[in-house]
Amino acid sequence: MSASTYTIVNLPDQATATMPKRHYINNEHGLLSWLFTADHKRIAMLYLMSITFFFFIGGAFAGLIRLELLTPQPDLVASDTYNKFFTMHGIVMIFLFLVPSVPATLGNFLIPIMLGAKDLAFPKINLLSWYLYMAGGMFTLAALVLGGVDTGWTFTTPLSTHYLNTHVVTAATAIFIAGFSSIFTGLNFIVTIHRMRAPGMTWFRMPLFVWANYAASVLMVLGTPVLAIAIVLVALERLIGIGVFDPTKGGDPLLFQHLFWFYSHPAVYIMILPGMGVISEVISTFSRKRVFGYTAVAFSSVAIAVFGFFVWAHHMFIMGVSNYSALVFSLLTMLVAVPSAIKIFNWAFTLQKGSITFETPMLYAFGFMGLFTIGGLTGVFLGSLGMDIHLTETYFIVAHFHFVMVGGMLMAFLAGIHFWWPKMTGRMYPESMSKLAAVVTFIGFNLTFLPQFILGYLGMPRRYHAYPQEYQVLNVLSTAGATVLGVGYLLPMLYLAWSLKYGEIAGDNPWQATGLEWQIQSPPLTENFTEIPVVDYEAYDYEWLANKTEHEVTTVG
Amino acid sequence: MHISPVLWQFLTKWLAASALFPAEASTIAPYTDALYFFLIGMTIVGLILVGVLLFGFSIRYSRKNNPVATQVEGSTLLEATWTIIPLAIFLVTFVWGALLYFRIFNPPTNAMNIYVVGKQWMWKAEHPGGQHEINALHVPIGRPVQLTMISQDVFHSFSVPDFRVKREVIPGRYTTVWFNATTPGTYHIFCTQYCGTKHSEMIGEVTALSPEDYEKWTKDSTSGMSLAQNGERLFASMGCNQCHSGNAASRGPNLAGVYGSKLQLTNGSQVLVNDAYLRDAILNPSQHVTAGYQPIMPTYQGQISEDGLIDLVEYIKNLNSNYRVQQTLGTSQSDLAAPTTPGMVKP
Repeated sequence: MSASTYTIVNLPDQATATMPKRHYINNEHGLLSWLFTADHKRIAMLYLMSITFFFFIGGAFAGLIRLELLTPQPDLVASDTYNKFFTMHGIVMIFLFLVPSVPATLGNFLIPIMLGAKDLAFPKINLLSWYLYMAGGMFTLAALVLGGVDTGWTFTTPLSTHYLNTHVVTAATAIFIAGFSSIFTGLNFIVTIHRMRAPGMTWFRMPLFVWANYAASVLMVLGTPVLAIAIVLVALERLIGIGVFDPTKGGDPLLFQHLFWFYSHPAVYIMILPGMGVISEVISTFSRKRVFGYTAVAFSSVAIAVFGFFVWAHHMFIMGVSNYSALVFSLLTMLVAVPSAIKIFNWAFTLQKGSITFETPMLYAFGFMGLFTIGGLTGVFLGSLGMDIHLTETYFIVAHFHFVMVGGMLMAFLAGIHFWWPKMTGRMYPESMSKLAAVVTFIGFNLTFLPQFILGYLGMPRRYHAYPQEYQVLNVLSTAGATVLGVGYLLPMLYLAWSLKYGEIAGDNPWQATGLEWQIQSPPLTENFTEIPVVDYEAYDYEWLANKTEHEVTTVG
Repeated sequence: MHISPVLWQFLTKWLAASALFPAEASTIAPYTDALYFFLIGMTIVGLILVGVLLFGFSIRYSRKNNPVATQVEGSTLLEATWTIIPLAIFLVTFVWGALLYFRIFNPPTNAMNIYVVGKQWMWKAEHPGGQHEINALHVPIGRPVQLTMISQDVFHSFSVPDFRVKREVIPGRYTTVWFNATTPGTYHIFCTQYCGTKHSEMIGEVTALSPEDYEKWTKDSTSGMSLAQNGERLFASMGCNQCHSGNAASRGPNLAGVYGSKLQLTNGSQVLVNDAYLRDAILNPSQHVTAGYQPIMPTYQGQISEDGLIDLVEYIKNLNSNYRVQQTLGTSQSDLAAPTTPGMVKP
């Protein structure tokens, strides 16, 4: 263990910071310059806008679901409408928000800059990814406008293939297309990280955000095609009745579950890993310390990605899989929990001996740590075979994955958006307002989902439109929490939009952070770097930062 | 559970009374709850640990208290500690959960069997004695009950939270679940796998009765025909007995005593004859040709309902000797539920 001290010499002088004359936003003008851009930063902004749009559609359905569940009676909408609500909520939130959120916005914006590259390896494919994403989104909206779809986001056969007359094929097409967007993004990241690092940017000098996105990209590239196959088979079964999943034709309905979860379990890690990358950056910056055990945190991302592929059948413990395969999948599920635990403790110990400040991104990161700990540990309940029998398919599971995916992922996304907002827009968000939003979100989230754990153990099944009277009190609490949570999400939307025009000018490095992205102007130039940087310091080297003055950045021609 | 039964009773009763906890109405329930309390303990300890670290460091090392950070690379010892300890806890959870899983899904051999067919959107229970129930299930307490379940259309899932049991009900495949109810009363049956429009209305009630009450219920609600008797009638009306007559001259194998035996097939493989095999052999006979016989049996796919298949399987299950091919049978496994009078069924 080596230890040393340093003092910060070049604190930012925000009072005199000015907006740079030329940057990627004003480099070209007009709608077409955005729609045909190959600049990864502009594409990231396109994603940010479209993802926010879909988040609020998904959120609106969440609100409707919670409103219906306020009373035990089916009084707000009819049951098939309710089924369409939760299906649309699931499809939009997972495929159009959670999976692309951090990689496609923050990852797209930051990965080339963090590596010292001028763009991603395939800028035009990057733009194509966004068009595919939008096409997927449009098909989803089409399915909605044409009358909706009620399969649930899991498309379970033979329900989806033989028993529903809604727009299953339209929704399947949406997911198929959006899947390719995800594959291309992953491919682009992998090639960029392998091939486009600046001189001196070794693998173990990369920010942990890049490591996390790298691991997630591998999952995207290997997992998503299997989802595409599963979804094509569902469409073929519906359209021409090939019978792969149909027991009366010799097919196996469980096969679909295997194919679907082979993607959809790793998908959880596709969502959460980039979020973990954000947390590493934020915690390091605001405690002014290198992440404790950098290598362990980097490798734990890879470990999560590798193990993540071998746990899918834990979704099927009660489906008549053999007891022995259940044993194996339960054991592997326990193993995948370990790297997550490693990360949590490494982050906590990053704070030790740090010099900590509590800006908004840090508050969200703390929120992430608390909620993700609950989400992760309740995952152990479900990985444990005997416990899973009682808990699966109840509200316990709903609460668990919302803790991981919303409590974890969405907190990380908000942490990241606030953290890099000054870099992306050149302006600061209003600090006290955003702290309020972070606290409101945290309270609202817990009030919404903690009661659902209890509901689940009591036995309330998920996807129920009406429920026995005795569950009402907890459901009312949950709906009240959802209202608070909704406010927590609307606030950033409003003040971030406000800050675009009225926010303080941020300056190049408002947080005094070490990443390459903070060493260039805010917002960056279209070409990111005027000269290719040479990296001669480790990631999160605050000593280097303290000693550096503006003119000392080493560059090559 | 190695804690004081008095304490346990106090804990679970108090929790149940506060409506935060379901009733413990089966022999499995206390085992599931013990693991649940362990896991909750683990979660709370883990959360407190993370919370203490976060808040402790935040206060001790805030910018105000510690203006200058000290760079620390890492610590192999610390990192090994927080890899190994969680791993150990998770492995304990794994073993505990696995033991419980086997306890929940391996039925005792003396369990009485009831069939359940799931369909959009109801539960149909069929007792060997011929009693049928829709969205209801009557069982005796103090006796292991095994449910053999199949779905007629889509995935359903049979769940009784107060018994802590649940199992997927799958089209084309028998799954089983068993429980031993301890307390008389009525408990929810939920369908927990999303199964279409009226998913949330696919709710039933399981009524646990004392053995005497159950006896009474069985007598009062009999339809006069056991499942095996229904099966025998079906066996005759579908012409099965023309080939499977048990004579030396018959074109099909003798079915007497076949249930539970190992069968040699023409393709050389050996199969165990159980409910699932019999069902599949009726629906896809060409894939299950017994050694020494011609593949001439037609498929009955689409001609028999799941209820009918259960009747046939139950009939074949109960055929224990050649003589009984011509007879209606008592049942060897669930003599309480099945009528013992000789049959009067004529084709």
